[in-house]
Amino acid sequence: MTLVEIKSAINSQFPGVIIDNEELGDHQLELNGDKWLDIATFMKEDPILSFDQLECITGYDGGEEAALQTRYNFHSMEHRHKIEIIISHDREEPRVASIEKLWRIGDWFERETYDMFGIIYEGHRDLRRILCPDDWEGWPLRKNYKGQELYHGIVVPKIKEEDGWE
Amino acid sequence: MGVLENKFQDNVIVASMDKLLGWARSTSPWYFQFGLACCAIEMMSSAASRHDLERIGMMPRSSPRQADVMIVAGTVTMKMALRVKKLYEQMAEPKYVISMGSCATSGGPYWQHGYHVLKGVDLVVPVDVYVPGCPPRPEALIEGLLKLQEKIQTERPLTRKTV
Repeated sequence: MTLVEIKSAINSQFPGVIIDNEELGDHQLELNGDKWLDIATFMKEDPILSFDQLECITGYDGGEEAALQTRYNFHSMEHRHKIEIIISHDREEPRVASIEKLWRIGDWFERETYDMFGIIYEGHRDLRRILCPDDWEGWPLRKNYKGQELYHGIVVPKIKEEDGWE
Repeated sequence: MGVLENKFQDNVIVASMDKLLGWARSTSPWYFQFGLACCAIEMMSSAASRHDLERIGMMPRSSPRQADVMIVAGTVTMKMALRVKKLYEQMAEPKYVISMGSCATSGGPYWQHGYHVLKGVDLVVPVDVYVPGCPPRPEALIEGLLKLQEKIQTERPLTRKTV
C-alpha cells in the first residue's frame, strides 16, 4: 500500500487524527497522540494495514523551539509496506500511551526512549531506565541536558566546549 | 653475601627473603579476566597462543579473590565505575592495576562529549601502569606487564617501612 492509501484507511476510522505536515517524507505520517493506543490496535489488527512488525521506536528533540517527538517505524511482513508514525509531545510533560502490550518488542524500545528523552509511556508495565544507572539524573539526549558534576562521589571533570581540541 | 659466600653446598641458594618474595610475586601475577570494550579483544589475543601471556607467568583468573592484577581493558562507564571499584576492593593484597588503552586512561574518544564515561580509571582505583594505544597491540600490553613485573620485583615486602 502507498502512503495515501494508508492515510485514507486511518482517516476513515479516526477522522481528524492526521496532522498535515508538508515537510515529511514518503513514508512518514504525523498523528495526534490522544487516541494512539486505539490507532495502534487498529493498525495492527486491520487486515488491510496489518502492521505486524514494530521495527524501531526513536525519540527526537529539535531544541527549545521545535518539537519533542516519538517516532515509530512499522512494517507489514504480509503486505510489505512500511510507515513511520510521528507523535509530538508537550515539552513540560511528555506523555503518550504505551504500545508495549501490542508489540512485545516495544517494551525495551520504550524503556530506551524513556531513558534518553524522559518521555513517559502510560500503561507500560515496567517503565525503568534501561541503559543508564537507575539513579542517573536528567535525560541525556535532550538538547538542554547538562552532565552531572558528581556521581556517587566520583568527580566528573569539566571540559569546556569552546576550548575544543588543544 | 660476602660472609656467606662458598659456605654451602651447590644445591643451596642463598638470598634475602625480600628478594625471594619479590621474585616469586613478580613472575606469576595472575590477572583478573574481565573486559569492558574493544581492548578486551587485544587482551584476549595477548593471552592466546600467538602472544601467549603464560610465557611471562600471567594466567587469567575468573574471580577477584584469586587475582593479583586487574587489567582495566576498555571504556569505563559511570555505571561500570562503581562495579570496577567493588571488584578492586574484593581482590586480595598485594594487588595491582593496569589501565589499558586511552579510554581507561583518560576517557579516550569520549573525553569531551561522553557524559556517561569515567574520565580515567585512576579516579576510582590506584593505577600502577598505563598502557597507551587505542587499542594497544598485544606487544604494547606485554611491555606494560613486564614494566609491572619490574615494579613488583623492586618491592620489599618484609622491610619495615620508616614512618
